[in-house]
Amino acid sequence: MPEKKRDTYQEFIKGLWRDNPAFVQVLGMCPMLAVTNSAVNALVMGGATFFVLVASSFFVSSLKNWIPKQVRISTYIIIIATFVTVTDFTLQALMPVVHKELGAFIPLIVANCMILGRQEAFASRNSVRLAVVDALGMASGFLFALFSLGAVRELLGEGALFGFKLFSDDFEPWVIMILPPGGFITLGLLLLLFNWLKERKDRLVAQLDEMEIEAR
Amino acid sequence: MKPQTPQTVNATEPGSARLVATLGFAGLLSGLIIVTVFEVTLPTITAYKAKILQEAVFKVLPGSTRLQRLVYREEKLAVVEEVGKEEEFVFGGYNPEGALVGYAIPGSGPGFQDIISLLYGYLPIQRKVVGMEILESRETPGLGDKIYKDAAFVANFDALSIDPEIVAVKMGSKSAPNEVDAITGATISSKAVVRIINQANQQWLQRLKIQQGE
Repeated sequence: MPEKKRDTYQEFIKGLWRDNPAFVQVLGMCPMLAVTNSAVNALVMGGATFFVLVASSFFVSSLKNWIPKQVRISTYIIIIATFVTVTDFTLQALMPVVHKELGAFIPLIVANCMILGRQEAFASRNSVRLAVVDALGMASGFLFALFSLGAVRELLGEGALFGFKLFSDDFEPWVIMILPPGGFITLGLLLLLFNWLKERKDRLVAQLDEMEIEAR
Repeated sequence: MKPQTPQTVNATEPGSARLVATLGFAGLLSGLIIVTVFEVTLPTITAYKAKILQEAVFKVLPGSTRLQRLVYREEKLAVVEEVGKEEEFVFGGYNPEGALVGYAIPGSGPGFQDIISLLYGYLPIQRKVVGMEILESRETPGLGDKIYKDAAFVANFDALSIDPEIVAVKMGSKSAPNEVDAITGATISSKAVVRIINQANQQWLQRLKIQQGE
């Protein structure tokens, strides 16, 4: 029983850090670069992706025994597209201002390879519970990645966070940060940071292992 | 991680009928869900769009509290409830006493990146533009989007003479009532706004004059 519990935890936590869909798997780069010019846009995009991924994983995993494997991809796409359209209309009704900013990128969630990838690689092969846990982890990881990018870009590009000015008027906004090149630059630097952290951790673990062997 | 259990594969291949049925059923269900959500959210979305448009009309025509849609039919303006598909229209803005304040004229045209659509208030007697509001645009963030984020640029259109036509000039060199200070770094977007208004003026002023004469 305790082993199973750790398993669930592992499935959740891997999406947040070790297998983070954006920083480690480098998937879903289109929304990642396009809509992260402000923290709010990034959060709403992340939220929309979160809902679509969790709902799709739940349905794909529940229905996996009824879907013939020859038409599985088309069926997954239908399921994903349904939730994306639902999200699109809901956002349009509830948050029309943000929806206008995100524009074409909400319907494009259908083509987010991260979502389809999770259905094919995980949800269609695992229990409903594990599939949902995995989706929650991956979606949170994606949300976290979008938000880090959006927050950095808004902070430097507009000198604000969530629309609140943080610096005095002397601060000259780096307009390039909210333009597409700023997205690439920030993403590159964040990838660098994550790889550096990972390498440092690996080195520490290796050192600890060595010390343990020597102690014996 | 535990080894993942492979998908259970049927010993016999499923027939085409089964495949078609699966996809058909998925499509049907998906269609039902989408139509339901569409029907539920449509009133909110339409109401919001109408509200935004109404607010824009009242903003570009200070003093107006009521609006009517006017279409140009058979050489004259007619008040309509619903505008036909291919028909061009303007808004008439009225004050609380019911007198005509002016017209809010919609216009659109190419900007720097995509179509800019806007609405501007026009007083026929003074021959002046008294307000401008960008309804939709995808201009460059930080530069071109100043056409609606920069209050100083928008203020150019608060009392702007349209004779002989509106001209965009270099920032700070506005000297005549028909000139607009263009935004530094967004000259194309600024000129696009001016051009859209000039074009809409050409299209509408003659028609609005007929209305005045009656």
